[in-house]
Amino acid sequence: MEKSTVFNNRLLPYLLLLPQLVITVVFFYWPASQAIWQSFLREDAFGLVSEFVGLENYQALFAQPEYYRSMLTTVIFSTLVAALSLSIALLFATQADKNLKAAPAYKTLMIWPYAVAPAVAGVLWFFMFQPSLGMLSRPLRGMGLDWNPLLNENHAMILVVMAAVWKQISYNFLFFLAGLQAIPRSVLEAGAIDGARPLRRFWTITFPLLSPTTFFLLVVNIVYVFFDTFGIIDAVTGGGPAGATTTMVYKVYADGRLGGDLGGSAAQSVILMIIVIALTAIQFRYVERKVQY
Amino acid sequence: MALRQFGAAAAVSAALALATPAHAAIEIQWWHAMTGANNDVVNKLAEEFNASQSDYKVIPSYKGGYPDTMNAGIAAFRAGNAPHIIQVFEVGTATMMGATGAIKPVHQLMKEAGEPFDPKAYLPTITGYYSTSKGEMLSFPFNSSSMVMWINKDELKKAGINEIPKTWPEVFAAAKKLKAAGHDSCGFSNAWASWAHIEQFSAWHNVPIGTKANGLDGFDTELKFNSPLHVKHLQNLVDLQKDKTYDYGGRTNTNEARFSSGECAIFLTSSGYYGTAKATSKFDFTSAPMPYYPDVQGAPQNSIIGGASLWVMGGKKPEEYKGVAKFFTFLSDTNRQAKLHQESGYLPITKAAYEKSIKDGFYEKNPTLQTPLKELTNKEPTENSRGLRFGNMVQMRDVWSEEIEAALAGKKGAKEALDSAVQRGNAMLRAFEKTAK
Repeated sequence: MEKSTVFNNRLLPYLLLLPQLVITVVFFYWPASQAIWQSFLREDAFGLVSEFVGLENYQALFAQPEYYRSMLTTVIFSTLVAALSLSIALLFATQADKNLKAAPAYKTLMIWPYAVAPAVAGVLWFFMFQPSLGMLSRPLRGMGLDWNPLLNENHAMILVVMAAVWKQISYNFLFFLAGLQAIPRSVLEAGAIDGARPLRRFWTITFPLLSPTTFFLLVVNIVYVFFDTFGIIDAVTGGGPAGATTTMVYKVYADGRLGGDLGGSAAQSVILMIIVIALTAIQFRYVERKVQY
Repeated sequence: MALRQFGAAAAVSAALALATPAHAAIEIQWWHAMTGANNDVVNKLAEEFNASQSDYKVIPSYKGGYPDTMNAGIAAFRAGNAPHIIQVFEVGTATMMGATGAIKPVHQLMKEAGEPFDPKAYLPTITGYYSTSKGEMLSFPFNSSSMVMWINKDELKKAGINEIPKTWPEVFAAAKKLKAAGHDSCGFSNAWASWAHIEQFSAWHNVPIGTKANGLDGFDTELKFNSPLHVKHLQNLVDLQKDKTYDYGGRTNTNEARFSSGECAIFLTSSGYYGTAKATSKFDFTSAPMPYYPDVQGAPQNSIIGGASLWVMGGKKPEEYKGVAKFFTFLSDTNRQAKLHQESGYLPITKAAYEKSIKDGFYEKNPTLQTPLKELTNKEPTENSRGLRFGNMVQMRDVWSEEIEAALAGKKGAKEALDSAVQRGNAMLRAFEKTAK
């Protein structure tokens, strides 16, 4: 099955790689190097005064108790979002993989939320759960639950987690479904003949065979919660109440855009970048070993 | 690639479409943050100005909310294509002021363009906010407002409250009665948490928010709003929050609908809420001055303004500046100002427009719109009530609100929360001071 191509022209392979390399350099290496450079500068918002301050931005950052708190918030938020969006998507995908009558309609509906912009998704959830006027918070209050994401930290966290999970399920669903469909029926049938019940078949056959997909999604989801969720947080809670939903990436946004502190914000992005690179490396080093390709 | 070509083609055709009917008029870009009825006002003003002469063409563009518009302007300046005029909310004032070279002070603009301009023609409580300590106007006030207490008269009557409360203790008592009369989830509330309970509260009681006349006299200012009075007030709110006699309404104005829906019968927010209140409330409502603590000597003092002003960006051509100056003269016209004020609910910026509205008998029919003006002119402004000018104010407001939220949620004591707000705010002020040399 292994295919190998021999290039006669020595330049051709590089030429074919070039578009991808250009994109990576322009959209990743260049901005990333700019962020690293900026993290050593102190600038005003307009970029009129710029001064090299060495590690001062980093020192200021690690002197803030709020920064450590945002780290903890990020851990809680990303664990919840990744775990929930992966497991719910897997559940939906296994259900959609069955012989259903309206399967295409069901699948389309499942994929729909992915097309919604994060900020729009945020506004949507904000309105549904707005304490006194929201469509869904009124019944909650009617049941005697004092639903108040404006002041209750747990309620606010639940709300942003729900919005972020809802947005990510589609993506995970799509990949899980494709992964499930790639599992040979014969293997499952063999399991069935051997007397394995559906649940056992799932855990001993389907799930291990799905592990490349799961691993890929785990990496992608971690990147998603770390970088892509600030739009949702901004629209739903604005990082509140009292900083309870200020994740690291939201703090980057708040300090840089709202606070005009580009140096401090750049320093935070650099730290965030290091964390995500480290996490991904760990995943590849340790988790990938358990993956069966 | 195809997309980029399409984009270029679209840009060219859009430019052609805009340029052709204007007869090579000089274009003036105006970025703003006005939505709804106020967006129409902006577009109408630009249309009227463009129709009144043929040399200049003002092109308004909506750039999102206040922080978004300001950030868009800053980003555009860094990229070298800033608009001519940008609407910046009052808390962005220090940031704009600190950007020497990025902005063109209005007094200088008017002088260079040779436009008639008398700073004394404008209401001092408004222009003071946007002027240097020497009285030089830096930006042009556009939409100004102040904070007032909105009252649902029907609900107050139902709860047996015959007089509109004037002091905080009276408001608390009224809120308890409202709660007893069925307003379980909200006795009273407010929008703009820090504007209400720190900024306006301090000015109204003639106590400092910070040193150096709340930062007006220099960037080396320090915050002072953790005084016993501030702590007492926050403690009162914390106590009332427990059973929702007071219910926190958020950092911005997204919860103003709790007033128009009838849920909260007493609600502190901007006087600029008038238009929306009129359009969405199905009950008899009015506005009243903000409450005060009667045991504080000299209270109430005067309130400070909110809203936004128009900043002129630097580095443009002289003939373009001339157009901007002409537009400002156009905006200052007495009849236009009076009309603008009477229709939008925002404050008139010139004395003449205010006097005209009084003479027209406008306030007899619309006392609601005079409340903010009465507050602003209640007494001669002091060091503590002229205004405020803190760097990093946009984000600092969030930090202050965070601490208020922590206190209301019972995570911190009132004193501890305010101390922490002051301390974190001071750190931000020092960071700003370093960049705004």
